[in-house]
Amino acid sequence: MSVPAVKRTILFSLGLLLLLAIVLSLALGPVSIPFTDAISALLRPLTGWPVAADTQLIVEHIRLPRTLMGILIGATLALTGAAMQGLFRNPLADPALIGVSSGAALGAAMVIVLGGVWLAALPAALTPYTQAAGAFAGALLTTWLVYRLGSSAQGVSMASMLLAGVAIAALSAAVVGLLTYIADDAMLRALTFWNLGSLGAASYDRVGMLVLCCGLVWWRLPRQARALNALLLGESEARHLGVEVERVKRELVLLTALGVGAAVAAAGLIGFVGLVVPHLVRLMLGPDHRQLLPACMLLGAALLLLADVAARLLVAPAELPLGILTALLGAPFFIALLMRMQRRGGL
Amino acid sequence: MLQALQLCCQRGHRRILEQVELALEPGEVLVVLGTNGAGKSTLLATLTGELAPSAGQVLLDQRPLASWTAQERARRMAVLPQSSVLAFAFQVEEVVAMGRMPHASGQRRDAEILREAMAAADVSHLAARSYLSLSGGERQRVHLARVLAQVWDSAEQGCLLLDEPTASLDLAHQHLTLQQAREMAARGLAVLVVLHDLNLAARYADRLLLLHEGRVCAQGSPWEVLQVERLEQVFKVPVRVQPHPLHDCPLVLS
Repeated sequence: MSVPAVKRTILFSLGLLLLLAIVLSLALGPVSIPFTDAISALLRPLTGWPVAADTQLIVEHIRLPRTLMGILIGATLALTGAAMQGLFRNPLADPALIGVSSGAALGAAMVIVLGGVWLAALPAALTPYTQAAGAFAGALLTTWLVYRLGSSAQGVSMASMLLAGVAIAALSAAVVGLLTYIADDAMLRALTFWNLGSLGAASYDRVGMLVLCCGLVWWRLPRQARALNALLLGESEARHLGVEVERVKRELVLLTALGVGAAVAAAGLIGFVGLVVPHLVRLMLGPDHRQLLPACMLLGAALLLLADVAARLLVAPAELPLGILTALLGAPFFIALLMRMQRRGGL
Repeated sequence: MLQALQLCCQRGHRRILEQVELALEPGEVLVVLGTNGAGKSTLLATLTGELAPSAGQVLLDQRPLASWTAQERARRMAVLPQSSVLAFAFQVEEVVAMGRMPHASGQRRDAEILREAMAAADVSHLAARSYLSLSGGERQRVHLARVLAQVWDSAEQGCLLLDEPTASLDLAHQHLTLQQAREMAARGLAVLVVLHDLNLAARYADRLLLLHEGRVCAQGSPWEVLQVERLEQVFKVPVRVQPHPLHDCPLVLS
């Protein structure tokens, strides 16, 4: 079936929203820059438009890497959230809630502290990659564990998923707490950072790591859209519809772990994006993954950028950690969803 | 078309199927009967490749089922499960359209097939409704439309397996569903239906297969299989069998 005009209009509007969020993210902050100057500074390498040197510096070295990271992470978290909900056949699955992000943070923290000795010899530009590798391993292990703990013929039950999330978050907190005893000052700062979640440490090194990891996720995940649709019917139905279920499941677990791992390694724990965004998109476009996945990427990137702008402005010149802001907005949303499902008896 | 040779199946230490022989031919409706726990679901799971037999073989077109790729098999064989777990708000039409997933027949042909399959399962009027807003029986018919769409064009190449398709349906839709099974057989498909209702089976089947404790206890026309002593022995209920007053088939009274 061709995509109806309404759905195309919605996708187009989401694209516009993302453009708007990009301009805001470049222009707003402790130092406000007029929108036109921000755009000129962004396009100067192409157009040669004249821009004040300090504006150019702020946009190019502070706001642009931060904006790029926001796009990459927002889109990836929303995309992996949607894929995870399809894989678990449960619209409430979210990488942060079920402990995958905690697992990733634990993996990254182990690399920071324990790896400090062995990895000190590596060039600093590789640091984002070693942390991402740790986060990926942690995320992969957790996804697999949650899936094994909670799956049944009816899908993965919310209760076992959340309980697994609680257990893994507790384990992660305990081990990270343990690590603080042997960490030095620099390590301590990095550890605190995982638990709060922030785009504040944006750098082109991290952007490079994210482009590599998230790029792979963006390229491969949307190809499984039809298989994800079929999986929502149940695993044996998907098999009867010609989906190689085991292979698809393996690929989905690997890709979601890679996406979440990379996002956590670059920006720490930013929760609820993967829950809220797919839910909003389903309300607009329906659950068909062929439109859901691209729309989630657009809206996820836009919302994370807007939240980051808010985090910069609310207590300027200081800055709220982004993870705290998304949790403040996302947790009540999640509770409202839970209450609605409870009333329908669907929990 | 679909053949089971000396099929045995084991779960843990329990033998669920023993030496089951079955051949499903194009153009016929074969109904599988049996008590709860007789092995009907296991037989269906083995025939669809969901479960590997512990001994024996399943052949689709003389080729072992396991050697078919998932997509090749899905083009030939559609399976209607007893119940589905869909918890997302797809439109009915989108659910039915998933039946065309294994095919590359083009949008226009797919749209025609969707329309015809939805009409056949009497769900056309629900096309734009959300699946989640439907009753159990309506959902069951949506899935019937989906599997009909999957093998709509397959003719002599296709087979259709229905697991208790009448379970949550009203009387009219029970008959409609089994009439559709007959229609598909008339187009050349091989159709296998698992049923509990002996009289629905007698009326719509070309052939019956009675499973008892994992073995084929009888196989043949409704008149051959539905005999008083055999039914009393299998179902442990006194019965009488007489000619149906309206149709040319036996009627079982219990």
